[in-house]
Amino acid sequence: MTSGTLPGTLPGTTPPAPPKIRIRDLHKAFGDKKVLDGVSLDVAQGTSFVIIGGSGSGKSVLLRCILGLMTPDAGSIEIDGEDVLSAPAHRRDALRSEVGMLFQNAALFDSLPVWENVTFGLLARNKLSRKNAHTHAGSILAQVGLDPSVGDLYPSELSGGMQKRVGLARAIAAQPDILFFDEPTTGLDPIMGAVIDGLIVDCVKKLGSTAIAITHDMASAQRIGDEAAMLYQGKLIWQGAAGSLMHSGNPYVDQFTHGRREGPIAMELRR
Amino acid sequence: MDMVLDLIAGIGRATLSFIRGAGALALFALEGLSHILRPPFHARVFLTCFVETGFFSLPVVALTAIFSGGVIALQSYTGFAQYHAQSAIAGIVVLAVTRELGPVLAGLMVAGRVGAAMAAQIGTMRVTDQIDALSTLSTNPMKYLVAPRLLAGIVALPLLVLVADVLGVAGGFMVAVVKLGFSAPAYITATLNAVKFEDVSVGLVKAALFGFLIALMGCYHGYNSKGGAQGVGSATTAAVVAASILLLAFDYLITDLFFSH
Repeated sequence: MTSGTLPGTLPGTTPPAPPKIRIRDLHKAFGDKKVLDGVSLDVAQGTSFVIIGGSGSGKSVLLRCILGLMTPDAGSIEIDGEDVLSAPAHRRDALRSEVGMLFQNAALFDSLPVWENVTFGLLARNKLSRKNAHTHAGSILAQVGLDPSVGDLYPSELSGGMQKRVGLARAIAAQPDILFFDEPTTGLDPIMGAVIDGLIVDCVKKLGSTAIAITHDMASAQRIGDEAAMLYQGKLIWQGAAGSLMHSGNPYVDQFTHGRREGPIAMELRR
Repeated sequence: MDMVLDLIAGIGRATLSFIRGAGALALFALEGLSHILRPPFHARVFLTCFVETGFFSLPVVALTAIFSGGVIALQSYTGFAQYHAQSAIAGIVVLAVTRELGPVLAGLMVAGRVGAAMAAQIGTMRVTDQIDALSTLSTNPMKYLVAPRLLAGIVALPLLVLVADVLGVAGGFMVAVVKLGFSAPAYITATLNAVKFEDVSVGLVKAALFGFLIALMGCYHGYNSKGGAQGVGSATTAAVVAASILLLAFDYLITDLFFSH
């Protein structure tokens, strides 16, 4: 074997880059209810990956498992080739510090002013002094189209769209390698939804991050995503280019993306 | 026969559920305490919790102590006058206040005021994903939310009880001197003769334990709350009820330990 060549690799060729995030055979159940049933997924470095699916399909649970907020029953999650689930606590913390998350309802700390919300992660990691935090928060707020003076307000004084933008500012403040978006446009009017999507795309491109977004807003999914997958009853039933979401050829995806009542997805309604 | 089996199964389930709950609470308490001792320390959060627990509880604790001291003086006078033992009133007031009323009433007031607020605040943070957000921002929620509150309870309650002791005795003094016609110097002398260092110090030990229990119940029930506004409401109620019962139970145990022999 040639020195410096990995097993199974031809001499002179570069092995393919491992995916940024690799998920294998992930299972999670709550009691008898299987929420994730053998999910496997690769997300390449620099890709924006959108996961669609109905309410209760397991999207949020999948995201929480990757984030380490929930422990799966079985399976593996690798970030940069390192198994997150079996890593020691300090490594998990280090991996988590590479991740930024925009929560569905922004989840801003309502006891802290906006500037402290935005710089919270940097202050916690001692990457910024409190003296400089206010000014730094102003520059990050400007990146998401907010006036730096917003930094002195409290989250309860902001509109839903502004809260989402502050949440985005908080997620990108530490310039993370990986960004997660949980229903980024839920509760916003269509124009504000498009604004948030635009900001997300800009931020992801600027940082060169890998992004995973979960949504059931089809317009948002196509604006944000390079690739997309659909989760149904705990399984990934389709994966393809985000641009082909509306004409995937998969009856489940077609019913979901076009919002049809009739189709293979049966809604559990009591009549 | 089936009814008996159902009954036994029900008792078994309840027992297992109680043991599981007690175990979870014990682990939560140990983890919270361990974060008090391990850096990084969130001094700013501790200071905020300390001011909220200690300083802002002063008015309610002070008023409770003054009136309770006054009531003890009045009640013991009406009872003891029958046996011509009015001279014991100063001693009864100071012992009742320092050993029992100071710590217990301050504890119950703080449980209602601060324990409920802790449960509501942490519970709201739980149901609005703010606790998850802390985790994603490299901050351990137990270290950031729970440890400073436990420490604030342990430190603030003894200080509050010290104030309650002084004001409770002052309340008894005012009633005895102004309403019942006692001589002020004689009342003060009798008070000082009756009280011992252990009376106050054990009261302060009780207060530290009560402060810990109140904060623990507020944090535990808030941290584990589920299901939106209703869940937060239930957590708040559970925190106050559990803290009040535990406080009275531990009051008995400590009293038995220090004063029954």
